[in-house]
Amino acid sequence: MSGHDHGDDGVSRRKVLECMTWAGTGVLWTITGGVPRSLGIIDSAQAATAAASGMTFLQISDSHVGFDKPANPNALGTLEEAINKITAMPAKPSFMIHTGDITHLSKAAEFDNADRIISQSKLDVHYVPGEHDFLDEEVKFYRERYGRGTKGQGWYSFDAGGVHFIGLVNVIDLKAGGLGNLGAEQLAWLEDDLRGKSKSTPIVLFAHIPLWTVYPEWGWGTEDGARALEQVKGFGSVTVLNGHIHQVMQKVEGNVTFHTARSTAFPQPAPGAAPSPGPMKVEDAKLRAMLGVASINFKQNEQRLAIIDTPLQG
Amino acid sequence: MKTLNRRDFGVDFGLALAAAVLLPVTTARADDIEVHIDNFVFQPAELKIKVGTTVTWTNRDDIPHTVVSAGKFRSKTLDTDDKFSFTFTNAGDYKYFCSLHPQMTGMIKVE
Repeated sequence: MSGHDHGDDGVSRRKVLECMTWAGTGVLWTITGGVPRSLGIIDSAQAATAAASGMTFLQISDSHVGFDKPANPNALGTLEEAINKITAMPAKPSFMIHTGDITHLSKAAEFDNADRIISQSKLDVHYVPGEHDFLDEEVKFYRERYGRGTKGQGWYSFDAGGVHFIGLVNVIDLKAGGLGNLGAEQLAWLEDDLRGKSKSTPIVLFAHIPLWTVYPEWGWGTEDGARALEQVKGFGSVTVLNGHIHQVMQKVEGNVTFHTARSTAFPQPAPGAAPSPGPMKVEDAKLRAMLGVASINFKQNEQRLAIIDTPLQG
Repeated sequence: MKTLNRRDFGVDFGLALAAAVLLPVTTARADDIEVHIDNFVFQPAELKIKVGTTVTWTNRDDIPHTVVSAGKFRSKTLDTDDKFSFTFTNAGDYKYFCSLHPQMTGMIKVE
């Protein structure tokens, strides 16, 4: 990942972010329009590719490898179906982000199985952890696999296609009665990471638990998420991508677009629609529709985020 | 005949159960207090127990939970039907929560 202090470049760049899902198993983001040709943001080969065709990336989330309960007895199988969709795509995306809960119980074999399947996509994958990825006794399996080159508890940033991506960790040191948590150290790092960035740089923040308050009664929000959002307030285009709630939810607030991705493992109920946020058992024939079909289109300087849901089957 | 026996047994069992339920708490064995986790809730959410009592939590959800009281006790991750027990040897109020789902909280008052 290249340097961060390239403040003045590309002020005039125009960006169109288009996000389309395909087949509901992940989210495909396309970035087209002016791509920065300067200077150490991305390597020149990548820049050339991006300039020619726009940049696309995918989001998958909540694969919960190891989950075998009635809501989906074969979560590894549905992850593989999702990856097969990705490999069948006509245009290869630049990379993928995984917004956490890779595994269900943080067992080494679960991480190994997840990696075996996800690597079939032959894409670079940028991970952030979910609370289900830090359950092993020594809390080391996730870090050994995905923590290299990250800061603190696993946060990091990188640039691609002229967009600044920031992966945050909000599943650590949760306080009784509270929500997701970023913590002072991470917020200080974020401030530092954004320092000197041109306000025209599109920002993508991604983390497991929604950074906005979806439904606090079920813990669906981040205690100090607003402090992170405050720091990106001045940027012209901010996109916040999360998982955790196993359903598509979206909100647009000023220049900030919030979006949550479906799980590849099992659906969860809409806020308050069930006694708890636990796995939702649906008819077998309906499961794949719940795991996903969403088509999202996002354009900078437009406040409207369009999501088109298309069932996998039927 | 068999059916009749079974029914008789059922009645006896029912009476025994009723008697057990009606016994004063103080005569119950001190080590068999249960807390269940159902639908992301500790039930009962608040307990009053005597010093020396062992409380056992059982996770009956399809999602793992933990039982954590800062500086006092911390369970491993409890998968479905896993249990965690803690014996309270000191009086006091023990607030606890699930470190994965911090909206889940409970209280044990030990006297």
